[in-house]
Amino acid sequence: MNAPLINWYKFSSPATFYPLAGKLIPWFAAATILLAAVGLWISFFVAPTDAQQGEGYRIIFVHVAASWMSMFIYCVMAFWSAMCLSFNTRLSGMMASALAPTGAMFAFLSLLTGSLWGKPMWGAWWVWDARLTSQLILFFLYLGFMALQSAIDDPRRADKAGAILSLVGVINVPIIYFSVQWWNTLHQGASVSMTKSPSMAQTMLWGMLIMALAFWAYSITMALLRVRCIILEREMTNEWVKKNALE
Amino acid sequence: MHWNSLNDFFAMGGYGLYVWGSFGACALGMLIEPLLLRARRRAIVARVPAKELME
Repeated sequence: MNAPLINWYKFSSPATFYPLAGKLIPWFAAATILLAAVGLWISFFVAPTDAQQGEGYRIIFVHVAASWMSMFIYCVMAFWSAMCLSFNTRLSGMMASALAPTGAMFAFLSLLTGSLWGKPMWGAWWVWDARLTSQLILFFLYLGFMALQSAIDDPRRADKAGAILSLVGVINVPIIYFSVQWWNTLHQGASVSMTKSPSMAQTMLWGMLIMALAFWAYSITMALLRVRCIILEREMTNEWVKKNALE
Repeated sequence: MHWNSLNDFFAMGGYGLYVWGSFGACALGMLIEPLLLRARRRAIVARVPAKELME
């Protein structure tokens, strides 16, 4: 058998991942600032005024990006949870915990910007619609995950309990995504889908995609910063931390 | 360019409160989170006795 190109197991150890994360952070931070600058420029100066929703539609540039990220981060969290349960690697549990607060923030921002859009367009801050309700459940799943983990003293047991919660909760992500098709909702259908050509102007689409990439780079930066803190907190007594990590 | 003046830009065609509220909330959240993480890291480093850092 050929030797694998990258030995993934090598990076599953906190001691080797810690410096790697440190090297990656500045690159993702720079990408965040650059993409956000371009995304904001398109959002306000390039994308045309919407025929039906006037300038109010510009909220979607942050609303869609935040909503996508809240769902995507949850999936990544569930992936690391599955790794944590099946391979029992320490880093997997740490990654899952590192993602949760950022995901919760995006779920909250998605609900908040959605309600700021709903008030002028629908005339209501909130309706108990399938899309909105399932997104609210996503927010509560993040909060539940964090509350559960912080209630358990032993970090490895906390990782496993959280992993089970996040794996059970992942069923909610396709429910959010398909809610606009399955139920008769007030929320508009997907503006971008994998099967149809997008139902919006090209520049609007580009603005949305670039904003989503900016939020993506931001989330990676935050997850790496947080996982480094978690590694230090948990492995403070280990020799390698004293030798290398705290310079 | 869709905006004739700075006032025009802030008014957002009458949706100013909603549009700036949304973008402002996102900007605020995305500025506070890195600051909290910086504080968390500093708190960890501060817990380590200076002697160990020197070694």
